Amino acid sequence: MGIRPVIYFLENNLIEKILSEARDLLCKLGITLHNREVLELLSGYGATIDQDKYHVLFTNDIIDKALGSTPASFKLYDVLGNETHDFSGTNSYFTPGSAAINILDNRTNEIRKPNTADYIHFSKLMSGLKYIASTSTAFIPADVPGKISDSYRLYLSLLYCEKPVVTGAFTIEGFEIMKDLQLAIRGTKEALVAKPLTIFSCCPTSPLKFSDVTSQNVVDCARFGIPVEFISMPLSGFMAPVTLVGSLIQHTAETISGIVISQLTNPGTPVLYGGSPAIFDMRYETTPMGAIETMMIDCAYNEIGKFLNIPTQAYISLSDAKSLDAQAGLESSMGATLAVLSGINNISGPGMLDFESCQSLQKLVLDNEICGMTLRMARGIEPKEDFPSIPLFQELLKEKHLLISKHTRKYIREEHYFPGRIINRANLSRWKEEGELSLTARANQEIERLLKEYQPSRLPEDSIKELTRRMEDEARLHGMDKLPG
Amino acid sequence: MNILQQISDQIDLGDDEKVYELTTTAIEQKIPVKQILDEGLLQGMNIVGRKFKEHEIFLPEVLMAAKAMNAGMELVKPLLLSGNVPMKARVVIGTVRGDLHDIGKNLVGVMLKGAGFEIIDLGNDVTPERFIETAKAEGAQFIGMSALLTTTMPVMKEVVDRIRSENLEDKIRTLIGGAAVSKGYAEEIGATAYCYDGSNAIDYLNSVI
Ligand code: B12
Repeated sequence: MGIRPVIYFLENNLIEKILSEARDLLCKLGITLHNREVLELLSGYGATIDQDKYHVLFTNDIIDKALGSTPASFKLYDVLGNETHDFSGTNSYFTPGSAAINILDNRTNEIRKPNTADYIHFSKLMSGLKYIASTSTAFIPADVPGKISDSYRLYLSLLYCEKPVVTGAFTIEGFEIMKDLQLAIRGTKEALVAKPLTIFSCCPTSPLKFSDVTSQNVVDCARFGIPVEFISMPLSGFMAPVTLVGSLIQHTAETISGIVISQLTNPGTPVLYGGSPAIFDMRYETTPMGAIETMMIDCAYNEIGKFLNIPTQAYISLSDAKSLDAQAGLESSMGATLAVLSGINNISGPGMLDFESCQSLQKLVLDNEICGMTLRMARGIEPKEDFPSIPLFQELLKEKHLLISKHTRKYIREEHYFPGRIINRANLSRWKEEGELSLTARANQEIERLLKEYQPSRLPEDSIKELTRRMEDEARLHGMDKLPG
Repeated sequence: MNILQQISDQIDLGDDEKVYELTTTAIEQKIPVKQILDEGLLQGMNIVGRKFKEHEIFLPEVLMAAKAMNAGMELVKPLLLSGNVPMKARVVIGTVRGDLHDIGKNLVGVMLKGAGFEIIDLGNDVTPERFIETAKAEGAQFIGMSALLTTTMPVMKEVVDRIRSENLEDKIRTLIGGAAVSKGYAEEIGATAYCYDGSNAIDYLNSVI
C-alpha cells in the first residue's frame, strides 16, 4: 500500500487552543437561539436559558455529552439501497454546489433563472458523471411556487438520478414533505434510518446565532435519523475576525452548537462537520469562495472536525468567475486539490460559479474531470509489481517499448486517469483538424453525449408512483394543479 | 486652509473627533449649514467614495470616514431641520418577508448613512405593509429592499404593486438589491431601480435627488 497524501494547516496544540476558545465562547458569551423548543431541550440538560432574549449559555458537560455521541462515520445509500458513501477517515466524495439562484445557459451563454427542464437536464447529467458521487439540489426551478421549490427539486433529483442527494429545507414546513419523499422510497422510517438517502444542510447564522428555521430543521432531521451537515459561514473581517484563527474559533463554536442541538435531540444522529466560510473582500463587498484564504479556513476546520472524530464537509472547489473561463478552472481545481489532500469527506462545489449563485452544466462536466484527477491523486503512489525492476527493464530494452507488455496492460487503467474529451490532449494539428474546439464547445458536446446516453432511473414503478403522488398532493396544497413537464 | 476643506480632509482620514471639532467651529463662524454639508461633509464622502472605487482604500476606511461624517452630521442635522433646509433623502430599508439575509442590507444601510442619507432600517423578514406604512409615516422618499432567495424575491413585487395601487408612485420610489435580483427583475416588476452594491446605491441616489 502507498500512502494516502494528506496535508495539514494546524498543529494539534493550536487545534486544542481553538477548541478551548470556542467552548469559552459557548459557555461564557453564549449564543442566540430563536426556537423555544430547543431552548427548553437545552435547559433540561443544564444550559442557562433566557427565554425572553432567546439566549443560551452552554456548559462543558453538554458539549462533551454531544461530542461523545456523535458518530465517527456513517454511510449513504442510493435510491435503490446500494451503498455509495462511507464517510470515514480521509475518504473524499464530491457533490455539486447546491441551491444556486441562477444557471449559466450552455446554449445562449446567458445567466438566467432556471426552470424544471434545466433541472431534469442537470439530474440526467449527474447520473452519468462518474466522479461526483452524490447529486445535490443544485438550483431552484423558478417555474413552481416558492413554497414547494425546496421539495420539488428533491423530488426531481430522486426521480431522475439514482445517487443520494445533498439538500436542505428553506422553511420549517418544507421539512415534512422532504422527509415524506424519502419515506416514499425507503418505505419506513426504520429503513430510512438504516440507509440514509440524503444530507440536509443546516446553516447557523454568523455570528453565534441559530434561526428558528435552522434549529427546527436540525431537530426534525435528528428525529428521522437524517444526516445533517452544519454550514457555518463566518465572513472574515466582516461578520467574523479578520484572522483565519479568529474565524476558525467562531466556526468551531457555531458548528459545535449545532452538534449539541442534534445530539441532544437524538444521540447518534449522523452529522458532517461542515461549513461555507469565506473571507470578505473589502473592495468588492463580496464573499469569494475562490479566495485561497477561504480554502485554507475550510481545510483547517476540517482538521478540527477530524480531531473531534467527526466526518467533514466543505464548500470548496467552486469559483467566483461568471463564465467557464480560466479563473473558473483555476479556483475550482485549487479548491478540489486542497480539499482532497486534506481528506475532506463531502466536498461541495462542482458546477458552481459566482459565489454559490450560479450553476453551470458545462462547468459540471469539466469539474467532473477535476474530481476524477484529484481522486486519482488521493490513491497516491503505490508499488505494483515494481520490485525487482530488472526483468521489466530487460523487456523494455529488448522490445524497445512497453506498450504491449503484460505489466502495462495490467496496470494502465489503474495507474493512469483517462479524462473525457473535455480535457484536450490532442496534438496541435489534430486539434486543428478536429475543429479547434474551445473548452465550452467540448463541454457542450459532452453534455449532449451524456444526455443521449442517459439511462432512466431503476427506481421501482411503485416508488415512482408514490413519490409523484406525494409531490402532487403537496403542489396542490400550494395552488398548483399539475407539475411542470 | 479653508475650514470646509479641512472637514473634508479629516473625513477622508476618518477622524471623527476632528470632524466634530471643525464642524463646531464652522457653525460658530456662521458658515451656512447647507454649505458645511455640501462642501465639507459630503465633499469628504465623495472623495472617499471615489478612492474606494479605485481600490485606493478598502471598506474599513470608508466606514471610518462614514463615522467621521456622521459626527459632523449630528451637529448639522438640527440646524438643517430648523432652517428647513432639505436633508438628502430618507430611505426605509429592510430584507423582505421570509428572508433572513441581512448582511448586505446592513452594509448598504451603513454606507448610505455615511453618504448623508437618513436611514430607517426595519431589519429582516419585513412585510410589504411594514415597508409602506413606515415609509408613509416617516415621509420617506425611497424604500430599499433586499432579497437573496429565489423564494422571497416576489415579495418585492407585492410592495411595488401596493405602491401603485395606493397611487404613491410619485412619493415613494423603490430600490432593490441582493443576490437573487437583477436589473432585469427590477424592470419586470416595475421597481424604480436596482443597485448592485452600496457604492452603486449611493451613486444612484445622488443622481436622482
Ligand atoms: C451568508 C449567507 C447566509 C447566512 C446569512 C446571515 C445573515 N445574517 O445575513 C445564513 C447562514 C443565515 C444563510 C441562510 C440561508 N441561506 Co444563505 N447565503 C449566504 C451567502 C453565502 C452570502 C450572502 C452575503 O451575506 N453576502 C455578502 C453581502 C455583503 O452581499 P449581498 O447580500 O449580496 O449584498 C450586496 C448586494 O447584493 C447589494 N444589496 C443587498 N441588498 C440590498 C438592498 C438594497 C436596497 C440595495 C440597493 C443593494 C443591496 O449590496 C450588498 C453590498 O454589496 C449567499 C451566497 C451568495 N451568493 O450570496 C447564500 C445564499 C443566498 N443562501 C442560500 C440559501 C439556500 C440559504 C438557506 C435557505 C439555507 C438553509 N437551508 O438553511 C438559508 C435561508 C434562511 C432564510 N430564510 O433567509 C442560497 C440561496 C438559494 C436560492 N436560490 O434562493 C445562497 C445563494 C447560497 C447557496 N447557493 O446555497 N445564508
